[in-house]
Amino acid sequence: MFDLTGKSALVTGASGGLGGAIAEALHGAGATVVLSGTREGPLNELAAKLGERAHVVTCDLSDAEAVAKLPGRAAEAAGAVDILVNNAGITRDALLMRMTDAQWSEVMDVNLSSVMRLSKAAMRGMMKARWGRIINISSIVGATGNAGQVNYAAAKAGLVGMSKSLAYEVATRGITVNCIAPGFIETAMTGALDEEQRDSILGSVPMGRMGAPEEIAAAVLYLASPEAGYVTGSTLHVNGGMAML
Amino acid sequence: MADDIETRVRKIVVEHLGVEEEKVTENASFIDDLGADSLDTVELVMAFEEEFGIEIPDDAAETIQTFGDAVKFIKDAQ
Repeated sequence: MFDLTGKSALVTGASGGLGGAIAEALHGAGATVVLSGTREGPLNELAAKLGERAHVVTCDLSDAEAVAKLPGRAAEAAGAVDILVNNAGITRDALLMRMTDAQWSEVMDVNLSSVMRLSKAAMRGMMKARWGRIINISSIVGATGNAGQVNYAAAKAGLVGMSKSLAYEVATRGITVNCIAPGFIETAMTGALDEEQRDSILGSVPMGRMGAPEEIAAAVLYLASPEAGYVTGSTLHVNGGMAML
Repeated sequence: MADDIETRVRKIVVEHLGVEEEKVTENASFIDDLGADSLDTVELVMAFEEEFGIEIPDDAAETIQTFGDAVKFIKDAQ
């Protein structure tokens, strides 16, 4: 349905379940994809599975200098970065009373500051092309809050404010900036939950199930498409009805 | 012979801001006189960097307010 032929997309956190599904969806629509992450093994596996139009560029998102260079390296590999999907994220959960400064800073660096740096570095090419898509993967907890995730929720809510502000700045250049806020999705991150936590979460999801990574990827694909050109500064909630915002 | 710096800078400004060449005078302010918005000035600086193969740091970019400022900066940088 959506055609991204001729477009290049940089997807961070592509070695994870969600990032992998996002990369597959964009690639399936004809885009050239640059898979970024810290673990080269899974990235290479995914690139091999996708075949042509897939490149691997590793990057540690907690390294500010490496982050600023990533879009340039991605453009070298793929020709351009027309679509930037900031998907990478980490958790360092703890109650605030027990949270260390390091747990706070690590989450802020990777989940929020890296997005600012990547967006800034990718912007030049998008401005010249008069076309661009920045899609930031936020989270339901950025809107609702969650005990034990003061750092994660702050970073994810921060993405929403950042996206809206940037959307204002670049709207006249054909560049859209949006967020997707997933609810509970079947990934390694939620796989770490025990059965009791799972049951309690599912009890609060009207659909009574977790989401599939492909269901987030489909939302990314839409926002990346030419058809979504009039959608900017928005947050698309994909959460099975868990929070109807 | 290659065009001189004034001519090349003027060409970029005219193309980018869609203004008439006569309006791009020494003291013409990009924002006040030539209708640029703040993002246009960022793009102009990007275009100067590419045309002349120079780097214009952010703090220097802020001082480039007029056509004359741009020409002077580029002359000094070369």
